Amino acid sequence: MRSRFDEQLAVLNREMIEMGALCEEIILKVLKALTEEDSQLLKGIPSLGAEIDRKERTIETLCLKLLLQQQPVARDLRQISAGLKMITDMERIGDQAEDIAEIIPFIENRPEAADALLHDMAKAAIHMVTESVDAFVDQNVELARKVIKEDDVVDHYFTLIKQTVIREIAKAPGDGECSVDLLMIAKYLERIGDHATNIAEWVVFSVTGIHKEA
Amino acid sequence: MSDIVTVENMCLWYGEHQALKNITIKIPQKSITAFIGPSGCGKSTFLKSLNRMNDLIQGVKITGDVKYNGKNIYDPSVDVNELRREIGMVFQKPNPFPMSIYDNIAYGPRTHGIRNKAKLDEIVEQSLKDAAIWEEVKDRLKKNALGLSGGQQQRICIARALAVKPKVLLMDEPTSALDPISTSKIEELTVKLKEEYTIIIVTHNMQQAVRISDQTAFFLLGELVEYGNTETLFSTPKDQRTEDYITGRFG
Repeated sequence: MRSRFDEQLAVLNREMIEMGALCEEIILKVLKALTEEDSQLLKGIPSLGAEIDRKERTIETLCLKLLLQQQPVARDLRQISAGLKMITDMERIGDQAEDIAEIIPFIENRPEAADALLHDMAKAAIHMVTESVDAFVDQNVELARKVIKEDDVVDHYFTLIKQTVIREIAKAPGDGECSVDLLMIAKYLERIGDHATNIAEWVVFSVTGIHKEA
Repeated sequence: MSDIVTVENMCLWYGEHQALKNITIKIPQKSITAFIGPSGCGKSTFLKSLNRMNDLIQGVKITGDVKYNGKNIYDPSVDVNELRREIGMVFQKPNPFPMSIYDNIAYGPRTHGIRNKAKLDEIVEQSLKDAAIWEEVKDRLKKNALGLSGGQQQRICIARALAVKPKVLLMDEPTSALDPISTSKIEELTVKLKEEYTIIIVTHNMQQAVRISDQTAFFLLGELVEYGNTETLFSTPKDQRTEDYITGRFG
């Protein structure tokens, strides 16, 4: 009956999955660079970022074409409009990973206390991204709701890191720059968590028609 | 907003065949209500039963309540001509009478006893203006209406329906025979008309229902499956059958 439309929706889905995979890849690379202090790992980041940007444009074009050609309603309309919103969040995740990558070379002498927290926070944020993409792929509302809840964990890490940074600056004001850089990374990770939350909220909308339950 | 047409548990048979099953619906006044559904789902039958056009068909049996302004329109005391004056109809194919544009519009008022020339002139002009076609025909009112384009003919038919000052306008796929520009003119006109009239429109064009209607009713196999706010019905339909139909998954 509508095989062409279904094929086009399948292409959209595949592109979204690929974009999600690119986002996971870029932040995993950044995490690795952070953990292993291997600046060689940072080299591939800008090209990955560019690839994410291209993917966003491809998906945007595809969504607009589908809106024009198919004049979608109901589930189809929700899937396509949610897709259009989600790629903005995915693209921002890519940007923030790039932002973190730019700072990594300047935080080599970071204090250990903050380092452990930062790793845990990065893992939690990446977990959110992975799960939000999985929730989209499987149209899994339960998983999406779990991601939304996990944002509190990431936010809590941010508070802990902020407190640590304040203590470190008080202890050694001379190392202030490194501490502030650490705080920046924490903030970017916190934002990544927010974007994963947005993606999850759009998954819920796409499936249920309800955005942001009160 | 008060309801001008209320239907309760209405069933309709063509002989042995039941074409409508327990239809219950309330239609608010001064709004546009769209009826959608696949061919043979009963939507046109239901539309026609709202001003008793089915009376003309042999073997039709109707049970349940069909009320217009609180009064059952199938009550023996109802004057069918008066009912059809209050609830007018526009058909799928433009069907102007083979007479002048003026006489087409004046036909209804004359039938209802208006003979005064000045009064008729006023009604003709106002009706043509309300149907957004006055500017196009004001200089050729004496010309035969059949010489107009399809889109113009349809607006003449709308003007003819408006000339007897109805309260409700039933439209049975009024644009399905028209080109996109004429269609868009009729759609704009319809939206303007709802300030004064209650409009009920059967359409196969779902985008049209989305564009112009306030409420949408989805019919399937003689049943009213889902009825509600148009935006809601087309973004988050409640019934799986509605979802499947509007997304083109069956039909």
